[in-house]
Amino acid sequence: MELLEKNEKLQDKASGSFEAKIERDDAIEPRDNMPEGYRKHLIRQMSQHAHSEVIGMQPEGNWITRAPSLRAKQILLAKIQDEGGHGLYLYSAAETLGISRDEMIAQLHSGKAKYSNIFNYPALTWADIGAIGWLVDGAAIVNQVSLQRTSYGPYSRAMVRICKEESFHQRQGYEIMAKMMSGTAAQREMAQDAMNRWWWPSLMMFGPHESESPRSGDAFKWKIKRSTNDELRQKFIDKTVQQAEVIGLKVPDDQLRWNEEKKSYDHGPINWDEFHSVINGNGPCNKQRMAHHKKVHAEGAWVREAAEAYRLKEEKLN
Amino acid sequence: MTEQQALYKYCLRLGDNALVQSYRLSEWCSNAPTLEEDLALVNFALDMTGRAQALLTYAGEVDGNGKTDDDLAYRRGEREFCNHLINEQPNGDFAHTIARLLFVATYEYLFYSELMRSADERLASIAAKVVKESRYHMTHANDWAIRLGNGTDESQRRMQAAIDALWMFTGEMFETDAVDALLRDKNIAVDLGKIKPVWMERITEMVKMSGLSMPEGAYMQSGGLKGIHTEYLGHMLTEMQYLQRAYPDAAW
Repeated sequence: MELLEKNEKLQDKASGSFEAKIERDDAIEPRDNMPEGYRKHLIRQMSQHAHSEVIGMQPEGNWITRAPSLRAKQILLAKIQDEGGHGLYLYSAAETLGISRDEMIAQLHSGKAKYSNIFNYPALTWADIGAIGWLVDGAAIVNQVSLQRTSYGPYSRAMVRICKEESFHQRQGYEIMAKMMSGTAAQREMAQDAMNRWWWPSLMMFGPHESESPRSGDAFKWKIKRSTNDELRQKFIDKTVQQAEVIGLKVPDDQLRWNEEKKSYDHGPINWDEFHSVINGNGPCNKQRMAHHKKVHAEGAWVREAAEAYRLKEEKLN
Repeated sequence: MTEQQALYKYCLRLGDNALVQSYRLSEWCSNAPTLEEDLALVNFALDMTGRAQALLTYAGEVDGNGKTDDDLAYRRGEREFCNHLINEQPNGDFAHTIARLLFVATYEYLFYSELMRSADERLASIAAKVVKESRYHMTHANDWAIRLGNGTDESQRRMQAAIDALWMFTGEMFETDAVDALLRDKNIAVDLGKIKPVWMERITEMVKMSGLSMPEGAYMQSGGLKGIHTEYLGHMLTEMQYLQRAYPDAAW
């Protein structure tokens, strides 16, 4: 009994110090005490973030062999390489919370862990590569800039590094769109079509309104999350609408209006039924993306086994 | 054939080899056995794309008809490509990709080490950059060949099958024709006869270190220099040049 009380006191102290750190805006580091809920929340969020980077390589990879110039191919290859690199830092950052990459991949394959819903949409034309860079990376940056101030040190530091690269991606995506909009009629049509298909899913990337976002409360309390989904979405819309107008693209929202009073845009209703339907597995590419990841993982097993077998043999020799 | 024509063809050959390798390597994106390897192979594809750009740009300048690197990459047909057949072969499994990288990166490391001393300054300066990349590609291939060859029974079997299957495409890398002869006289082209024994020695050594046996077949495929390819190249170009073919007037 005495021991139990002592333990509880110790835990209070530990938890107190966690809360004090959060209160003071100090970063939480891997060896610090943290509530189990905090750890779990971060594992879920960071592994989802890592998986998104990796699954996102698929729709973009779909255009590498068809990239229409050597320069475009270099930019796309470098971008995809960045995304894979982001996946790596994020897996490593999540590993500091006591979960292995293998476990995270197993959770992805079982459906326990998710990845960003946006990658369940197909990259159909070259303009989609522009739209993904400009809109999808553009939306991701808004979210990630806010996450640079997240309370978990390794996550926050990963975000600082990632944001620098994402801003290049966004400009490169925009450049593709701009170039197509100043090209032939077929190219302009292709660009507008990509805009029409990617605009709404990009707005959905920020997630539903806070009241519909089940884990928001803790995330704010623990300062994992710093801005609401709606605030971030608004920021994205406000910076993107003008960019579209400059190159002659129409935002596919008839209700989009500048609101002088709040100094930002009002937008039409988002189709949250579509969002939920896609999250629940009924998007155009959900099955394709997961089947591909599983297939590649299974096909690569003999290589990973060989590398491990060789490492063990070498260890024995030395 | 004038020196200018020979130099144009020589640059095209080197550029096409880089371009075709870039295509095959980039097909590994999202398909590699680990995320680290995915990044490595995509990075090599990036090196190869840059190399193709440098060499095809120079080819266009030598030719003097105002053709850009993209014109040469995206607006030529199968019969006009002059890459080595080994580079257009499908990736196969990871062992095949490593076997090709072993053969080709070792060759390119030796080749570009020599080309650095070319009397053509532009080629020499491109070679100085490329040789650093090739050294890295070769080290990567060596590391994997050793691991796969000495890993499990399955990896050994696959690695042996891969070097056996690709062996018949290695002879072509040392073939020469009038282009080489003309440029050799001017100290522009690499003396392939000089690097062949070194290549053979290095490959024999690596195969041994990997616990594998040297392939026995003596038959060697040929044709790339004359633009006679395997059936795979046509499909590659159809995909690579898709946008240029579907929208001939558009610029991207």
